[in-house]
Amino acid sequence: MLDKAKIGHEFPSFVVDIEKGRLRFFAKSIGETNPIYTDESAAQAAGYRTIPAPPTFMFSVDLEGPELLPILKLFDLDMGRILHGSQEFEYLGQIYAGDRITQQSRIVDIFDKKGGALEFIVQESRYTNQNNELVGTAQQTLVYRN
Amino acid sequence: MSYISVGTEIPALELPPITRTTLALYAGASGDHNPVHIDSDVARQAGMPDVFAQGMLSMAYLGRVLTNWQPQAKLRKFSSRFAALTQLQDVITCSGTVVELVGKSDELLARCEVRAVKANGELTLIGEALVAI
Repeated sequence: MLDKAKIGHEFPSFVVDIEKGRLRFFAKSIGETNPIYTDESAAQAAGYRTIPAPPTFMFSVDLEGPELLPILKLFDLDMGRILHGSQEFEYLGQIYAGDRITQQSRIVDIFDKKGGALEFIVQESRYTNQNNELVGTAQQTLVYRN
Repeated sequence: MSYISVGTEIPALELPPITRTTLALYAGASGDHNPVHIDSDVARQAGMPDVFAQGMLSMAYLGRVLTNWQPQAKLRKFSSRFAALTQLQDVITCSGTVVELVGKSDELLARCEVRAVKANGELTLIGEALVAI
C-alpha cells in the first residue's frame, strides 16, 4: 500500500522555457491547423500576446522536470503499472511562447479501491510565469495497479 | 456568432486513424517519452498487445474541438477521465454538448460535456469544460 503520510509532499519546483518551436511541433503533432498556434502575427491579430500554448500543454510542462514521473522514485513504483486516470486544468491566464514557467507540484490525496487492488495518487500543479502571475493549475490522478 | 444554449452541439472532429507515427510525433512534441506508447517491445513486456495511444493525445484532440468552437482565451476549466485505451488504427471522434449555463464571478459560462469515442461506439475519454460565453 502507498504511504499515505506522503499526502502533502511537495516536489522540488523547476523552471521551463516555453519555446516557440516546441509549441509549433506540439500543434503539428495534434493536427492543429489554426494559425494562431504556429504564426505570431495570426496570434496577435486574434488578440493574443504571441503564440499561445494549447490547452493541454501544461501537462507537457510537468514532463520537463528533472524526472519524467517524480512519483516513481517517491513511492518506488513500476512505470508499466501506472495509468493516467484523469486530468483537470484550470486557466487563470495564458501560457505564451517565450514565457518562463515555474512549476510547483504536490501530492494532495492518496486512496485505494477494490480492496487495495487499485491505488490512486492525486497530484496538484501550479504554473506561474516570469511576471509572477499564476496562469494555471492542474490536477492529475494516477492509478497504480497492484 | 450563433446563440449558445443548453443542448448546443459543439462541432465534432473526426481524427485520422491512429498510427505509430502519430504516437511517435506526439511523444516527442509532448515530452511524454513513456516507451509503452512508442516501443512495441516495451508494450508487450508490460502485457499489452502493442503500443497504444497516450491518453493526453486524445485530450489534446478534445482541446482542439473546444478552441475550434470558442477562442482559447474563453476557456476556464477543462477536465477528462480516461475511460478506455485507444489502440493503433482506431478512428476517434471528439465532440461536446452544452449541458448547463452557469453564472460565475461576473461571467456567463457554458458547462460542456466533452467526449472522445471510437468508431465502434466505445467511449475513451469523457470530460467537462467551462467556457465563457
